Amino acid sequence: MTEVSHTDAVADPGIRARPLPAKPRRSEFVYFAFRNRKFVLGGSVVLFMLAAALLGPLLTDYAPLEFSGPTDQPPSSEYWFGTTSFGQDVYSQFVHGLRSAFVVGTIGGGLAWLIGATVGFTAGYAGGWLDDLLNMLTNVVLVIPTLAILIIVAAYVNVHSYTTEAILIGLTSWPWAARAVRAQTFSLKTRDFVDVARLSGRTTRQIIVREIAPNMSSYLLMMFILLFGGAILIGASLDFLGLGPSEAVSLGLMMNNSFLSSALLLGSWWWFVPPGVGIIAIVGGLYVMNVGLDEIFNPRLRET
Amino acid sequence: MIRYLGRKLLIYLVTFWVAVTIDWAIPRFMPGDPIERLLSRMQAQPASADALTGYYTQAFGFDVPIWQQYLNFWAALFQGDLGRSISNFPTPISELVISALPYTLALLIPAILLSFWAGNKLGALAARRKRLDNTVLPVSYVLTATPQMWLGIMLAWIFASSLAIFPVSGAYALDLQPAWSLEFALSFLEHWILPFSALFLVALGGWAIGMRNMIIYELEAEYSHYLASLGAPTRLVRKYAYRNALLPQITGLALALGAVTAGAIVVEIVFSYPGLGSLTLGAIQNRDYFLIQGIFLFLITGVLIANFIIDIAYVLIDPRTRVGMQGGA
Amino acid sequence: MSLAVDGLTVYYRSLRGDVKALDGATFSIADGEIMGLAGESGCGKSTLGKSLIRMDARMRYVDGNVELDGKELPVWSDAKMNPFRWKEISLIPQYALSALNPTRRIGRMTTELLASRGIEPHTVLPEFRRRLALVGLPGDILERFPIELSGGMKQRVVLVLSSILDPSLLIADEVTSALDVSTQRAVSELLVEFRDRGFVKSMIVITHDLSVLYQVADTILVMYAGKLAEKATADTVVEAPSHPYTQMLLSSLPEVGIRYAEKRLTGIPGRPPSLLEPPGGCRFRARCPLATEQCAQEPPFVELEPLHTAACWKAVA
Repeated sequence: MTEVSHTDAVADPGIRARPLPAKPRRSEFVYFAFRNRKFVLGGSVVLFMLAAALLGPLLTDYAPLEFSGPTDQPPSSEYWFGTTSFGQDVYSQFVHGLRSAFVVGTIGGGLAWLIGATVGFTAGYAGGWLDDLLNMLTNVVLVIPTLAILIIVAAYVNVHSYTTEAILIGLTSWPWAARAVRAQTFSLKTRDFVDVARLSGRTTRQIIVREIAPNMSSYLLMMFILLFGGAILIGASLDFLGLGPSEAVSLGLMMNNSFLSSALLLGSWWWFVPPGVGIIAIVGGLYVMNVGLDEIFNPRLRET
Repeated sequence: MIRYLGRKLLIYLVTFWVAVTIDWAIPRFMPGDPIERLLSRMQAQPASADALTGYYTQAFGFDVPIWQQYLNFWAALFQGDLGRSISNFPTPISELVISALPYTLALLIPAILLSFWAGNKLGALAARRKRLDNTVLPVSYVLTATPQMWLGIMLAWIFASSLAIFPVSGAYALDLQPAWSLEFALSFLEHWILPFSALFLVALGGWAIGMRNMIIYELEAEYSHYLASLGAPTRLVRKYAYRNALLPQITGLALALGAVTAGAIVVEIVFSYPGLGSLTLGAIQNRDYFLIQGIFLFLITGVLIANFIIDIAYVLIDPRTRVGMQGGA
Repeated sequence: MSLAVDGLTVYYRSLRGDVKALDGATFSIADGEIMGLAGESGCGKSTLGKSLIRMDARMRYVDGNVELDGKELPVWSDAKMNPFRWKEISLIPQYALSALNPTRRIGRMTTELLASRGIEPHTVLPEFRRRLALVGLPGDILERFPIELSGGMKQRVVLVLSSILDPSLLIADEVTSALDVSTQRAVSELLVEFRDRGFVKSMIVITHDLSVLYQVADTILVMYAGKLAEKATADTVVEAPSHPYTQMLLSSLPEVGIRYAEKRLTGIPGRPPSLLEPPGGCRFRARCPLATEQCAQEPPFVELEPLHTAACWKAVA
């Protein structure tokens, strides 16, 4: 479930108007970033999982889908996470599954972010009939349950790769981002510094790039993180339903296979526990990192 | 206000129309022959393939021009005719959906309402007690990052499979029939508790986090400071903050409906709970496209109606919306 | 004496140490006196106003005492101050426009607030209605939500609400700053009227706008960089100020009728010192044209003549 956060994630420009003695802005971010426990903790977890995704597969000789060994073995020195009911190496599946998760998160979250930010920003900045039109579009896509649409589409379109799945996810999960960006654009648009810029003759493009975008950048970054996490969760549900690529490896598919093979009843916990833990680690780490970022960007939230 | 609600209703009708049209259009506008696609995925035998082709042609309405197909589709919809299920031939789909619906609602409605109530209370408590906050917040983040089906599997593994406290599947004991009896009710409850918990816990986390943040925001609002300057006890300030913080949470409820419904589908699968989720899984596995379509339409309608109800409720509760509708920005 | 403040010192906590926002303020206000509190942004006037009624989380009481009507005001303790709030000392906040709970009707909020303070609403509400009508608000205002009111109406509601229990001291924090000139005048006149009718005994009007104070205040207290600079009757401050800062402040005000093509508008060059590590001695020294070595020692806030105090070696000489 995504947070419904209304705190003004953008640092109040009034606070920045008074220059802090000597320190340039970028190192101010760094200064606060590494002192913020949530950011460091969440970020470390995510980085660790990313490292596991990139390097983990290199540490094993077994291919994820290869029927390499004895079935239903608990973790051992030979098979670090044990084996499945088909004799596959669970560790190998797990780290390859992490890769798919990051792919889905990046592409799915990224696409949703791109669409959402564009739609939201255009609607917020342009106003008028364009805003009404985009609003209508957003509302329509927003209310339709994502999974329902994805089930319909995926039941019909043979999803061959995680990229395809991610694109589908991205195309359906952008609306709440669009709404949030629109609201933020609205509130920034009416701020005094934009009027000042306009009065001093800046073009629209200059205003967007130099006045509004920097203030929104922190907000956009945080939104991307939430969309990334959300895409992973949706992807896992799709894979669990069997709607994702079938000749591939993902954490959701691991859960699906383990469940269908009665791993529950057999007590092969090593098969179904890791995928969930992996998702919790990535998504949870992202959420915590996000809270930390909110505190870093919004001085009012920092504890003195 | 009427105009505002009228506009909202219009949007929902448009949304419904769009969703149904997408549903109708997808098989028809995909490249290739839709019937051939369905058959190839079913890997049917040649003899039955012919019979199925004939059935599908008629069912899809491919023997009539496309605009007529569309109108026929709507006509059938309004008559409540969603077609017949392939995997459960010749049972009408509407019948299958309606018999599965109560089980899904039995999970969804308590899960949504209770998690909303408990999560908000928890979030409000955490907002004022630092120590509680330090436990509630991390736990909530973990919960909200948890895939519901995984939590379902874990609960089933721990409490059903290993500890054998609760049953591992079904909605009631195999030797019972649904009836208004205590025996059935107890059996129903013990089968219900684990899937319910999986949905409840994940949703709880989200509400707690949201409410905690909203309360902090409201406590820092200027009206809170003013009340305190006038010597109002913390109790009163918190009460106002809580009421005001609930409003955006209610909006969030509408947004969350889709997510919770998706969760219910996957959790039902884990527990072989005979609701729409299990029905969906069967439909997917059997490539029963019309059944999927029927379930989809039901879900969409349900979510839209629920959203509309929440919109109405929100307008009634928040005085700011009423004035805003009289022309303000 | 209505209010006697002695050596009040309040700092702000920040990541880089304490900001010495208010350092050793000593002054008094008589019954029925409207004292204007003026100075640049960051001079400590808001801090002074806030510390008398409710310190926010970042403020830290360091020293000093405050007496209201002969009783000690426990400004260092948030809990102990509560019985005094609204009843003896009250505040019209800077943000009056968003000071009212947006989801409560005004009458209901007032009733709940009164009840929570242990006051029977029916003993206060009739007078509340009367005063609301007095300031020109419509009769049904108690049934309305704040969003239904204009900015000026909300301002007046807050004015009446803050003073409804007839406090000894009312602090008006920058109430005219966000208003246009004609509304400023209306609100200023209301403040004086409330004092004249006895709804409020004394008042502190905080603003950076000296011209408003000249119309409204009996006395004016000018602050600079956390310290008191000068206090005198409004006439004295405007016509014959002793402290160089006050003098320069006045000369930087535009005058109606003068064309600045002929005579340039002078400001005060430089900026106020940082209050994290304020300079020793007189804090205005760096910008003062009259500064000498003597100013390296901090001038005391002394009485030059009855009702006229200033902190400047030159003024005493």
